[in-house]
Amino acid sequence: MNVAFPEKNTAITGIGQSEVSRGATKTALELTVDACMEAIADAGLTRADIDGIATWPGEREIETGFSPVGCAAIQDALRLKLGWYAGGGEAPGQYGAVFNAIGAIATGLSRHVLVFRTMYEATARKTAFANSLLKAGQRQSGGFAWYAPYYNYAAALQQALFFNKYVHESGIRPEQVAQIAINQRRNASLNPAAVYRTPITLDDYMASRIIATPLRLYDCDVPIDGATAVILSRMDAARGLRNPPIRIEAIGSSMQYRNSWTQLDALDTQAQPMVAQMMWSRTDLKPKDVDIAELYDGFSYHTINWLENFGFCERYGAGDFIDGGRRIALEGELPVNTGGGALSSGRLHAYGAVHEGCTQLWGRGGARQVKGDPRVVATSTAGGPLAGCMLLVKE
Amino acid sequence: MTARYANQRSDITPAGAPARALPLIDKDNEAYWSGGAVGELRIYRCQDCRYYVHPPVRFCPKCESRKVEPEAVSGRGRVTSFTINHQPWVPGLPERFVLALVSIAEQDDVRLVSNIVNCSPESVTMSMPVRVLFEKHEDIWVPFFEPASAA
Repeated sequence: MNVAFPEKNTAITGIGQSEVSRGATKTALELTVDACMEAIADAGLTRADIDGIATWPGEREIETGFSPVGCAAIQDALRLKLGWYAGGGEAPGQYGAVFNAIGAIATGLSRHVLVFRTMYEATARKTAFANSLLKAGQRQSGGFAWYAPYYNYAAALQQALFFNKYVHESGIRPEQVAQIAINQRRNASLNPAAVYRTPITLDDYMASRIIATPLRLYDCDVPIDGATAVILSRMDAARGLRNPPIRIEAIGSSMQYRNSWTQLDALDTQAQPMVAQMMWSRTDLKPKDVDIAELYDGFSYHTINWLENFGFCERYGAGDFIDGGRRIALEGELPVNTGGGALSSGRLHAYGAVHEGCTQLWGRGGARQVKGDPRVVATSTAGGPLAGCMLLVKE
Repeated sequence: MTARYANQRSDITPAGAPARALPLIDKDNEAYWSGGAVGELRIYRCQDCRYYVHPPVRFCPKCESRKVEPEAVSGRGRVTSFTINHQPWVPGLPERFVLALVSIAEQDDVRLVSNIVNCSPESVTMSMPVRVLFEKHEDIWVPFFEPASAA
């Protein structure tokens, strides 16, 4: 057993995803059941095998659809018998749930952990201005209170502060930024489960409306109703199951900067550089060994930031790296966000990226399958002070 | 309202614009959101090593002193980053406005969220010098910033 790097003793053994839509007929809990049952079956397990649950950020802000399902609801719906469970938002981004599960497995609390994330933002936005940053008639407390009086209506506005700094420091051009959205829509056109599948051109991107400079509409992810689940298993229990284990080769979970959206040390790179550095310190693999990158894309700039922070290109070199889009295409040297990502297949909030990475490693990508039997996926999540990343390796 | 101090204004938020959301006042942030009543931008400062501590807490991360108290700063600073909003999130929102992070002149790592006002949004630039103004909303004196000459 690898005591120094316990993530190497854990593997993803199954994945599941509900229908993803711009307005579901099923409830959020029903979508979660669909994703979880599919993941359990995919791993070749039954409900009786699941002895842990992890989710991020747990049940909260039900009215905005941000996280309407937590541990308790799914545990009861599936009548699971658990040794351990945890849901909470104070973690290294959305992958905090995976990191918690690694800890639970390493300490013997669980063997097969159900990790899930559910969003119901498409439906929530039909009935209300579903924004989690400003609440009408209610005084704000906590870290976001500092933004309260300044019409900070959405994450797009608040995070544009990071992205504009990056544009200023790097000199990246809009037609370079556009390649992220264009590439992902091309990939989504080959993904039957994606919500937006009609390819877009550079002209479409340049004609799209500005939300908050430098962000355009196509730089923003798409609110959906949907749920994703993955089964994380102890390695000895993973071997001999239905799928070849996908080992968690290394994780980055650190917080070395000030954990603050406003006081974060490095505005233009966000918290990612030290997190990626931690991940690389826990493996012998190098950036050149990565076959596919499934990078966070809440906004396209997150993906651009991660390309640099993972070391796939030089600092402020992402604009040149993605210029023209060839390198990041499915047939390129580093295919990026192969299923369309959150920009085109829907905001599954990083768990879509894990699902897609495993889909590719198991050779199930269909028309969008990356050639050459990919074995290593780098994946990442979150922006601002939050960041987490993982390297996934098919055994 | 008649301004008692030169940097108090009542014309920053246009008539018909959405009501500004407001922070819940507690003992930590009270000095920050009330200083405008006497025209002062107040930031916590270590009384031993003189380091500014923001957000406010009576603990200095440099010297571990607990003697950290709010002090008036000059009200001058620079735009560390900004965005020009184009999206009409709610009815009545100004067609364009600037959300910014402003670093205070006294110490670069104290960053304040604000709007840059009294100028065309397109004229705002990185590192632009700005100075504070206050507008009262309910019981809170909200700090805003406007362009200042680089004195």
